[in-house]
Amino acid sequence: MAKVIKLRKGLDINLKGKATKETASVSCPGEYALVPDDFTGVKPKVVVKEGDIVQVGDALFVDKLHPEVKFVSPVSGTVSMVERGDRRKLLSIRVKADGKQEARQFDTKGDIKSLMLESGMFAFLRQRPYDVVANPEDKPKAIFVSAFNSMPLSQDFEYVLQGQEAEFQAGISALAKLAKVYLGVSAKQTSSALTVAKDCEVTVFDGPAPAGNVGVQINHVSPINKGEVVWTMGAEEVIFLGRLLKTGKVDFTRTIALAGSEVKEPKYYKMLVGQKLTTMLEGNINADGARIINGNVMTGLKTTAEGFLGAHATEVNVIPEGDHADEMLGWIMPRFNTFSTHHSYFSWLFGKKKEYVIDARIKGGERHMIMSGEYDKVFPMDIYAGYLVKAIIAGDIDRQEALGIYEVAPEDFAIAEFVDSSKLELQRIVREGLDILRKENA
Amino acid sequence: MNPIKKLFDNIHPYVEEGGKFHAFRSLVDGFETFAFVPNTTSRVGSVNIHDAIDSKRIMSFVVIALLPALLFGMFNVGYQNALATGHLADATFWGMFWYGFLAVLPKIIVSYVVGLGIEFVVAQWKNEEIQEGFLVSGILIPMIVPVTCPLWMLAVAVAFSVILAKEIFGGTGMNIFNPALITRAFLFFSYPSFMTGDATVWVAQDTIFGLGYKAADAYTAATPLGEAAQAGFAGFTPETIQNAITGLIPGCIGETSVIAIALGGLLLLWTGIASWKTMLSVFVGGAATGYLMQVCGLTQIQWYEQLVLGGFAFGAVFMATDPVTSCRTEGGKYVYGLLIGFIAVMVRVLNPGYPEGMMLAILLMNLFASLIDYCFVQSNINMRAKRATIK
Repeated sequence: MAKVIKLRKGLDINLKGKATKETASVSCPGEYALVPDDFTGVKPKVVVKEGDIVQVGDALFVDKLHPEVKFVSPVSGTVSMVERGDRRKLLSIRVKADGKQEARQFDTKGDIKSLMLESGMFAFLRQRPYDVVANPEDKPKAIFVSAFNSMPLSQDFEYVLQGQEAEFQAGISALAKLAKVYLGVSAKQTSSALTVAKDCEVTVFDGPAPAGNVGVQINHVSPINKGEVVWTMGAEEVIFLGRLLKTGKVDFTRTIALAGSEVKEPKYYKMLVGQKLTTMLEGNINADGARIINGNVMTGLKTTAEGFLGAHATEVNVIPEGDHADEMLGWIMPRFNTFSTHHSYFSWLFGKKKEYVIDARIKGGERHMIMSGEYDKVFPMDIYAGYLVKAIIAGDIDRQEALGIYEVAPEDFAIAEFVDSSKLELQRIVREGLDILRKENA
Repeated sequence: MNPIKKLFDNIHPYVEEGGKFHAFRSLVDGFETFAFVPNTTSRVGSVNIHDAIDSKRIMSFVVIALLPALLFGMFNVGYQNALATGHLADATFWGMFWYGFLAVLPKIIVSYVVGLGIEFVVAQWKNEEIQEGFLVSGILIPMIVPVTCPLWMLAVAVAFSVILAKEIFGGTGMNIFNPALITRAFLFFSYPSFMTGDATVWVAQDTIFGLGYKAADAYTAATPLGEAAQAGFAGFTPETIQNAITGLIPGCIGETSVIAIALGGLLLLWTGIASWKTMLSVFVGGAATGYLMQVCGLTQIQWYEQLVLGGFAFGAVFMATDPVTSCRTEGGKYVYGLLIGFIAVMVRVLNPGYPEGMMLAILLMNLFASLIDYCFVQSNINMRAKRATIK
């Protein structure tokens, strides 16, 4: 029987517009894009030119520091654009699909690591510390996979998994050849492909968000100490790996949850990584003042309908922007329809069943940290979150280390950022802290 | 469009950078954020949705929690005046309340005008938003001074504490000491004859706009604690303690009524603005120390009397729980509270010069709060260091 870890701290936010369990396919002609910024910590070096013909699985760019880490095309077609921004920063590489999906055949017999590097699968491995793309020279002490996302409006992985159980298991078994694999499963999940998965140690987590965050799971199962490296991989990406092993071809098809109060029919869509979002959004969202988020509402980046599906996104959320709300005297009004964990509002009256529409407003001014213990209530790790954030703001590297910065990723602070009455941008602060620390330690 | 919104939109061009009235940008900004929830939406790379709670709401709720004590304090000012002048029989409830209201209102106005004025100037100078912290301090300050405190003294003290106890540290959230208590400490050490509670200063003795009564010359009314500090004291009558609970005793404006304070305390606990850990441990610490002192024969005051007299309850509920200056670690809050209770009662009993210890106890523990936190954070750091394989 798998070990059960009960988490008390955290917060489930009940948002309107959850995806119903049906999957639609959308036609996928047109342009695809791979965005290097989705792969944190990578210095991209383009290996194709505009006009080149590529197959599925051909490298589009590599990491300058580790050229063996390849980032491959999700479609076959012609490279239509290498988009660059200020100071020639590489923004995206676009491929005009030919619709044939001709895929490069990989030899799955050899060493798993070189196969992953060659096929672009390695690029989906992330490492802690720093929450960046894994370094192939490291020897990780373990690989963690979380089989559930506890954030609001997120993808239900158990639904996505249906029919792909064998691929998932094949992926887990392959990862087990690199390091010990730990699989984090939610107490609500019953699929035997998860609860009795082979070649890995299954741990059941029972608690509110962010229990599904792999960082929280690492902290409770095998915390990262200084000098140690842990790799993580998204559950759906494990299926990518399994597909590759079964067919020898790369297939980055995701089952994306399109969810949120501004979506007309929230449900799942089969989408390729890098696919244009318009293909599923067109005619499906309330156009006025909607914020389209590439990824989860808590952690994803604001984008437009013209944007491309992010490499790690498992859902696309659409919420109201709210920038014309003009709410009067909000500091004293009862605001019955407003969600707050704070008892000066009345959401506690309506129970946990009530679904809320929350817009993108910050709803207050940024202040110094005033209240104490706010973060700790929703931060289920043995880390003093407030003190760590202060150490990052102060730029005190020794103290960040001592307080456990190696164990955290920005996403672990998402719920804390939501409840923060001082409205500090915790995820941004942590990301900047990790980047500086990585530079210092390099 | 909302006419008020329109008004602000019309004002904007004048106060922007380069506008004619740029010097008032922070003032306009401050009023606008009070009138409307800001429409700013979250930036790319931060969380897309936010809880509706913000520091304005939190500070406003503290002010609401203070209202019962403040309103009762106003009534009590009138009541004490009538009592002292021997007119209790012919004084009406509203007469006493309005008398107190008129006595207290100037103090509130002075405190806010001076304090917020400084806040506005600093916010403009630092090009930041106005911080709401002084909303609470500004109402707390009139409540912890005696009604007879002259306005000019109050103004000097408020300016001193806002500048030297808060702004030089970086504003609300960065201060080490509670600004309201610094105001009181400043008054106490600078003008001791007005503040000590054993002289003639705790009861308003003059008429205001024809309300209230004028006292005969040389009237003295000590606070119960002052009375206890005098020679020959042999315990309180049950009536005194009953009055201390309802609040009909001389004392600082807001601190006398335990019932009114409890109402505010409940609101603070329910909304989670004050930590129950801090609040409870202050009372536990005070009661335990009071009991110990009583058993050792050092005082005639019963342990429970310590909790209802003077500023103890007010300090425990509204001052010790200030999230900025108290401990920030959950474990630290217990230690912090217990020590406040302990020191407050110890000062009361063992110090012959000054019968009230709450203010000094909280200020002292404000200083030690970070040290207590340090111990708790350090134990977390040590735990992590111990499990590390390389140093």
